Amino acid sequence: MASGSKEIRAKISSVTNTKKITKAMEMVAASKMRKAQARMEATKPYVEKVKRVIAHVAGAHPEYKHPYTQPRATVKRVGLVVISSDRGLCGGLNSNLFRAILPKLKAWKEQGVVVELALVGNKAQTFFRSYGGNIVATVSDLGDAPHIEDLVGTIKVVLDKFDQGDIDEVYLASNEFVNTMTQKPNVQMLVPLQAEENTNEGHWDYLYEPDAPTALNLLMRRYIEATVFGSVVENASCEQGARMVAMKSATDNAGDMINELKLSYNKARQAAITAEISEIVAGSAAV
Amino acid sequence: MAVSMQVDIVSAEGEIFSGKAEMLFAQAADGEVGIMPHHTQFLSQLKPGTVRVVSGDEEDHFYISGGIIEIQPTMVTVLADSAIRAADLDEAEANAAKQRAVEAMDNAKSDTDIARAQVELAEAVAQIQAISKLRDRLHKTGMA
Repeated sequence: MASGSKEIRAKISSVTNTKKITKAMEMVAASKMRKAQARMEATKPYVEKVKRVIAHVAGAHPEYKHPYTQPRATVKRVGLVVISSDRGLCGGLNSNLFRAILPKLKAWKEQGVVVELALVGNKAQTFFRSYGGNIVATVSDLGDAPHIEDLVGTIKVVLDKFDQGDIDEVYLASNEFVNTMTQKPNVQMLVPLQAEENTNEGHWDYLYEPDAPTALNLLMRRYIEATVFGSVVENASCEQGARMVAMKSATDNAGDMINELKLSYNKARQAAITAEISEIVAGSAAV
Repeated sequence: MAVSMQVDIVSAEGEIFSGKAEMLFAQAADGEVGIMPHHTQFLSQLKPGTVRVVSGDEEDHFYISGGIIEIQPTMVTVLADSAIRAADLDEAEANAAKQRAVEAMDNAKSDTDIARAQVELAEAVAQIQAISKLRDRLHKTGMA
């Protein structure tokens, strides 16, 4: 009996240690999330301004139409940019995203559309390595403060393929930050850009320097880069939020477990004492 | 107060400047341009250099490592790059990304069981969702 209570004691101390760790991770995630949210806010002006410029361009009457604004008649191959976290222990964040992607992949497969994957983050790489799929570009270990330069190469691979006609549409899969507790997996179309209704009156066009294709191409690329970067930063906020919630529930569960273990420890102790007393009583009765 | 225009200078990692100005100078693709309010619509690549914003007696200087400038009659937007970008540098980055993808595919055999289990779980859940959707539809049409 004594060994039983000893085992329980060891278990209690191990669970207590785990609880300390999860508690610490929860607090770290909470503090990192505040910073990540600030970073997310900081990227918003750029995306808004690029969108404004794009809306202006859509409102103009240019002679040159950029290929990124022209939907293609047949879609044989698509590119999918998947944004995931580098680390685990963040609840169902990544699995929920993959779960949202799978029906799309199945639908494409049924239509005979080939999917090329560009993966951001370690978790997406591990997942699609097992799931299978044609990975064309990856980037990971972006850290807590991702920089747009880290993503340029991956985005370029996908856009170059689009330019060459290797792929006809590009999608972006990432988590949307609703609030600290809620993240929403989201798959959106990136290229061709969904042109907004042309409401502008008048027939004006820009003066371009050096020329229309160069200037518009640069603008479109920056827009796509900014959108992907914005999603990466948003995903980082989601990651910290999800981790915070996951670690909070882990801490709570550890607390419950400790209480249960303490109860059974006390029961074991009591049983041992009772057994000892009855042994002594039995022994004295025998004498 | 003189005629002014709205100037916004932003980079991907934050807002740099936002306010009214009477004149703005920037390094456009074909040389320096000076922009005053009611300029015609203009879209240009920006070369690395200084953007000067003049409002009243004040003059602000911002170093930009390239980007895009868009001009509307009462509005100027500068989309600044957060770092110097060169075509060959971008190319190198793209090649590195491709290389990593090839390595990722090569390493596919050394998978952990956890990853595989995760895939199977996700697939199973997707199937369940599909089935329950189908069932809902059948219920609605009264076929079940």
